[in-house]
Amino acid sequence: MLQAMPFLLVIIPFSILFGVVATEAGMDLAKVMGFTVLVLAGASQFTAIQLISDNAPAIIVILSGLAVNLRMAMYSASLVPWLRGASGTQKAWLAYVLIDQSYALSIQHYERHPGLSLRQRLAYFAGTATTLCVPWVIATWVGATVGQAIPEEVALDFAMPITFLAMIAPMLRTPAHLAACFVAVAGALALAWMPSGLGLLIAAPLGMATGALVEYWIEKKRGTA
Amino acid sequence: MSDLDIWIIIIALGIGTFLIRWSFLGALGDRELPGWVLRMLRYTPVAVLPALVAPLVLWPAANDGQPEPARMAAATATVMVGLLTKNVILAIAAGAITLFGLLYLLG
Repeated sequence: MLQAMPFLLVIIPFSILFGVVATEAGMDLAKVMGFTVLVLAGASQFTAIQLISDNAPAIIVILSGLAVNLRMAMYSASLVPWLRGASGTQKAWLAYVLIDQSYALSIQHYERHPGLSLRQRLAYFAGTATTLCVPWVIATWVGATVGQAIPEEVALDFAMPITFLAMIAPMLRTPAHLAACFVAVAGALALAWMPSGLGLLIAAPLGMATGALVEYWIEKKRGTA
Repeated sequence: MSDLDIWIIIIALGIGTFLIRWSFLGALGDRELPGWVLRMLRYTPVAVLPALVAPLVLWPAANDGQPEPARMAAATATVMVGLLTKNVILAIAAGAITLFGLLYLLG
């Protein structure tokens, strides 16, 4: 889908980077591709590779990788009201391709067009997910096979922060959104000393609660005025 | 670490990640969620993604976790352009240009 195309500009470098980093950490092609196809979650793949090269015990690698992905439980929950009624197989596929970008695009689209039918919502999700996930897998393969040639000065590490920020900024439409974002960021920075992913799991719900609270206050004020 | 260990990690992460993503959609699927839950869930993306990124902006691993002007400026440019134009592509472009421009100038 067209709306997902711009994300390829950042997903592809990010994915190539994973191929490069994983190969440098000593993974063979089968393992690099195993990660990308079976896990399909960039941040946790990077976390796992980092810890494997630090020789962390397997259980720590698994727990940290999963902690980074716990945010996706929140995505899963927030899609429930929009995708109620989808079949079990459809939900399983949705779950497999539920990544940050496909989630962000779809939820934005659903909020902007509340009148869509379930079929249209599923089709939109399938479109974004295919556009994003297929190149993600291919680009990892490219990175693992020819990526060694990329000079280190190309700051691929920052592709992810820039994409995420670019997705979020246009969504900050109301004081409630701003407050949620502010509290979540402040919390994440204050808790950055905690082991991988834990700070996020505290900061993000704090931000969500703040957003909900501010929204509630504003509605109450409007109601009584 | 042995090959077997690494495959165990890959498969455990794969299954675990799938179950996390499937959790609410699959298990709670068609039940009504209470109003306060829905209200909170509206703020999932604007809370989770910035919280994920903020430490990476301030303490980038590529710079051994030291604050770095090019990356901070790129993040600021991305957010400003995104807020002003509401356009994701323009915001990404602004961030990328700022980052590569400053890395080139400062590097």
